Amino acid sequence: MPDTEHTEAISRKDVQHVADLARLALSPEEEERFQHQLSAVFEHFAMLNELDTEHISPTAQVIPLTNVMRPDAAEPPLPKEDVLANAPDREEDQFRVRAILDF
Amino acid sequence: METTVAEKYRTVIGLEFHIQLVTESKMFCTCSAQYAAHPPNTVVCPVCLGLPGALPVINEKVIECIVMAGLALNCTIPEYAKFDRKNYPYPDLPKGYQISQFDLPFCIGGRLTLDEEDGGRTIGITRVHQEEDTAKSTHVTAPSGERYSLVDFNRSGVPLMEVVTEPDIATPQEAAAFGRKLRQIVRYLGISTANMENGAMRCDANISVWPAEASMGDVKVEVKNMNSFRSVERALEFEQARQTRILEGGVDTRITETRGWVEATGETVSQRTKEEAHDYRYFPEPDLPPLQLSPQWVSGVEEKLPELPAAKRQRFMADYELSAYDARLLTQSQELADYFETASARAKNAKAVANWMSRNLLQRLNESDTEINDCPIAPADLAELVLLIDSGEISNRTAQEVFDHMFDTGKSARKIVAEQGLTQISDESALETIVAQVIAENPAAVQDFNQGKKRAIGFLVGQVMKATRGKANPGIVNQKLQEELRQG
Repeated sequence: MPDTEHTEAISRKDVQHVADLARLALSPEEEERFQHQLSAVFEHFAMLNELDTEHISPTAQVIPLTNVMRPDAAEPPLPKEDVLANAPDREEDQFRVRAILDF
Repeated sequence: METTVAEKYRTVIGLEFHIQLVTESKMFCTCSAQYAAHPPNTVVCPVCLGLPGALPVINEKVIECIVMAGLALNCTIPEYAKFDRKNYPYPDLPKGYQISQFDLPFCIGGRLTLDEEDGGRTIGITRVHQEEDTAKSTHVTAPSGERYSLVDFNRSGVPLMEVVTEPDIATPQEAAAFGRKLRQIVRYLGISTANMENGAMRCDANISVWPAEASMGDVKVEVKNMNSFRSVERALEFEQARQTRILEGGVDTRITETRGWVEATGETVSQRTKEEAHDYRYFPEPDLPPLQLSPQWVSGVEEKLPELPAAKRQRFMADYELSAYDARLLTQSQELADYFETASARAKNAKAVANWMSRNLLQRLNESDTEINDCPIAPADLAELVLLIDSGEISNRTAQEVFDHMFDTGKSARKIVAEQGLTQISDESALETIVAQVIAENPAAVQDFNQGKKRAIGFLVGQVMKATRGKANPGIVNQKLQEELRQG
């Protein structure tokens, strides 16, 4: 159903692209549903554009911290059984997953 | 004059290296980074397993290592750096992203100058950045035909340094030479084993061939899966020829793609076409505060830099009067250079030590596939051998024999000389007897000598050496022979 009332923030093509990147197979109905939902999220965040940020320099961090580091020392790892506890399947103490030979 | 195919085209190569850093613990967690030494999934924790809520903390040693590398590669170290998330889904990356660096890496704009023997050109370094290694997947096909993957997280989170060059490299040989030079430098710095065979150092190459006169287009072929520098050279030679052949055909049908090198067939095969540029949706890593590296801190790291290969080579030529060839050979690794300096300090004869190393020691090490650190002859022992020669206790010829025994048995030179009675015979009266005997047994040579064939004396010296199993002091033998023959 073509959207004629107003232009959505997220196009159908955007949805397909993001689904592809996330390796999700979406039905046409899902694509449409997510287009509306994602657009609504985007429109909500678009409210931030109303703020005047002219005198604020861009930053990637909001916490005033730098150089948080630790010394290079090894400590005991998680026990193997705990590591593998949530494995969908296991073989020879490794996680067994469906083959994905390319991405 | 007709231009050759080689002259009609130019090749443009840029390289990317991934180099594992040697640390006790991983990049962002305290699991041991010695991943290969442990059974699968036994050096893993919530952070490197990518469990929700686990938080990374930067290993300070890693930052020091990468800044060392950047300084050694003449990079600028910006005062401000940060980590970013590189998003892509793959089973060996359970978080769904790799912590890497996007726009503010630790090191930018460097250069590396190749040895004169490799053309001597300076290659630009675009950047050196830090990221984390992924888990290791093993792809399996079951007898039923079902295909699946096994994932071991031991390697997940091991510190990985990426070095990216400018597209300044013009030939496959130069690409291999650059890789070897980079490997030598990171080994000198002691920050990586830089072993290509086991994946501690990996190389990807971008290559495109263009008509010499035309400007470059935007087709770029990325070649992967090369696990030695010989393979890098061969793969790029193949790719250079393949692309040239296409261009010679008149229609440029090349596409931007990733091709894998197949060692067994000596070919590259298409793996993936880049129809759509990778969309990694980089964004700043919110779990890691940025780094602010003060110039003082960077200077402190700079002071820790060891003498690098190029400087060491120059010093060996200046201080020890070594040839450019020997100086290059003996500075190929820090360990070899240290061996040389330790031995020559004791022997007080650097040239002799250099000769023994370049003519004998390196050959024996190569033949037996032995590293210099496992050399059966300690530096002090090689020095002793040189001292025995210089003091006249053994002849050069005997020394060869002693050297081989030393390498085979690990015994000291003095011990071998004593055990086998190899001390040089410099005793004049003992030699006079043998000289007289040789003269008596070789009338023809004596006659030749007396008739003016001065070279006949060489034969007679040889006979004396043979009679003494090489132990006679050749100078004294020569002198005695001259005396005897003149009196003759």
